[in-house]
Amino acid sequence: MNEPVTVFALALLAATIRKSVPLIFASTGGFFSERSGVVNIGLEGMMLFGAFSGALVAVLSHNPWLGLLGAAIVGALIACVHALATITFRANQIISGVAINLLAVGGTVFLTQVFMGGERSFSLGPSDRLPMWGPFLPIAYLSFICVAGACVFAYYTVPGLRLRAVGEHPRAADTQGINVAKVRFLAVIMSGVLAGLGGAYLPYFSGSFAKNMTSGLGFIALAALIFGKWNPAGAMAASLLFGFADALQETLQGRGGLPPQIFQAIPYVLTVVALAGVIGRSRPPAALGRHYEREASG
Amino acid sequence: MNTGLKKNSANLLPSLAALILAGIVSSIVILILGESPIYIARVMLSGSAGSLSSIANTLEEATPLIFTGLCVAIAMRCGLFNIGGEGQLVIGAFVAAWVGYRVGGLPPVVHITLCIALAGLAGALWALIPGLLKARFGAHEVINTIMLNYVAFIFANYLVGLPYFKKPGQIPQTEDVLQSALLPRMTFLYEYTRLNLGFVLAIAAVLLIYILLEKTELGFEIRSVGHNPLASRASGISVARNMLLAMAISGFLAGMAGSERVLGVHRHFISPFPFGYGFAGIAVALLGRNRPLGVLVSAIFFGALASGGAQVDIETNVPRELVTVIQAIVVLFVACEYPIRKFVFIRRRTAL
Repeated sequence: MNEPVTVFALALLAATIRKSVPLIFASTGGFFSERSGVVNIGLEGMMLFGAFSGALVAVLSHNPWLGLLGAAIVGALIACVHALATITFRANQIISGVAINLLAVGGTVFLTQVFMGGERSFSLGPSDRLPMWGPFLPIAYLSFICVAGACVFAYYTVPGLRLRAVGEHPRAADTQGINVAKVRFLAVIMSGVLAGLGGAYLPYFSGSFAKNMTSGLGFIALAALIFGKWNPAGAMAASLLFGFADALQETLQGRGGLPPQIFQAIPYVLTVVALAGVIGRSRPPAALGRHYEREASG
Repeated sequence: MNTGLKKNSANLLPSLAALILAGIVSSIVILILGESPIYIARVMLSGSAGSLSSIANTLEEATPLIFTGLCVAIAMRCGLFNIGGEGQLVIGAFVAAWVGYRVGGLPPVVHITLCIALAGLAGALWALIPGLLKARFGAHEVINTIMLNYVAFIFANYLVGLPYFKKPGQIPQTEDVLQSALLPRMTFLYEYTRLNLGFVLAIAAVLLIYILLEKTELGFEIRSVGHNPLASRASGISVARNMLLAMAISGFLAGMAGSERVLGVHRHFISPFPFGYGFAGIAVALLGRNRPLGVLVSAIFFGALASGGAQVDIETNVPRELVTVIQAIVVLFVACEYPIRKFVFIRRRTAL
């Protein structure tokens, strides 16, 4: 490494942020869903749908901003499937998440074929991509705004309090006149919007959509949410940490004497450790994963 | 007897209804692609059951799904959600390849048994990590098994890159396993089949797990913990012990799936290892309602979808990913059985 230390550090910082943006979006999305009591392992699939639809709309309309909107809308629609299955039809939340991930892997390739004819990937032209605002894409800044917004919403507003109440003690919330199903529905849709935006970042960054391009980022975002103790600021910090590990691995390219796999494994291992309570127990919302059924009047 | 039959049909109905709904939705998807669903169904049928070779393909695709379906099912019967089949399979596959090429001079029966047993043990150990974390700290097994999937991929990728394991060359893969470790292929069905003795082992596993769950005390305890851990503890059943055993057996089955892929099909370990059998196992177990025989039937169904899908990919404009979409739709509909069940029950009540 011959570069001056400051240049190296700045490059690493920028790379860290670039790697973290999709994680920040998706983990903030996960925050909404999980704090309302709905497990969302479908984040991965929602991101993949976001990546696909963001890229597709941008290519078809030559307007990347419209692509962003498309990614958010498609993310919301897929989240609606999860919400409908788990809240209305009381499907197991984990199974529904698994189904959404399967649907995304198959469905995005399928739809690529429909729109692009016989291809499994497609590229964005120069006019289809977002401009750079300084060192980053515009949505990088948006991701941090979303985190701040989520913090303010969840901890300083009445609807935010309702969201957390529904995830901790739905029965008590119900007695207070809160519509548990409605709050959960909206929270899951919000998670889809944010995961969709996080996914859309990927093709705008790399310049193309490829089959299964999220390759586990949704699960890393889930890990960040858990490692960040189920709050937006913590999840952002964890996303930055995981992004840093990834950036470091890429920058070093094996020059650091350590195998790159150690850096790749960091998010997953840390999450397992955090769940076991070795370094500060990470505690899920009390009603996470449980269906809520109003007591029958008869 | 009659009530037993009724109970079974009540169990079967939601699965069948889900399949029919999935068929309708898939047909709409195919129509959107501008193909005829009937034509696609015909191609699928001929690709999965139209000839001896396509039947062999179906059973070959079904083999790992039987193992991973059982893997998910037995954990589920104990109340545990093992989404880690994918990772346990990879670890098992790696060990099978390693023992398969490194240990020489054994007669085939011994060598194959050794490979499969060690692959199963490796998978069991990998599954015991989330099992222990659950039993000891109450850490949720769903998150931990997901995380350990990725740790397994990364770990195996690291190992196969080491000079000790890596076959010289650019590709991160091991040497091919020795002749004595190869699961014999059923070439009497058709010359190029990859269907192998592993299928017979999978059937044996179905029977063993059935006997274990339904006819032994251990099986009773596992099911009891799955039904109601608190009541089980109150009646003197060790919840932790049964959870650990169920996870170990579950991981063992996933490891066996990995060994079947290596010893019967690929003949070496390669990174990244073919992906998806673990997750498909969830669909298989779900459709088979976590019963060993149900798993067998639904694994063959999904195996037929896979081999039929390959045919569709070759012959039509519809990509093979149609199969994954159908899988997802089936899972979604089976998971939404509540309204279906409600509908069935209401009808039955009014009929009385």
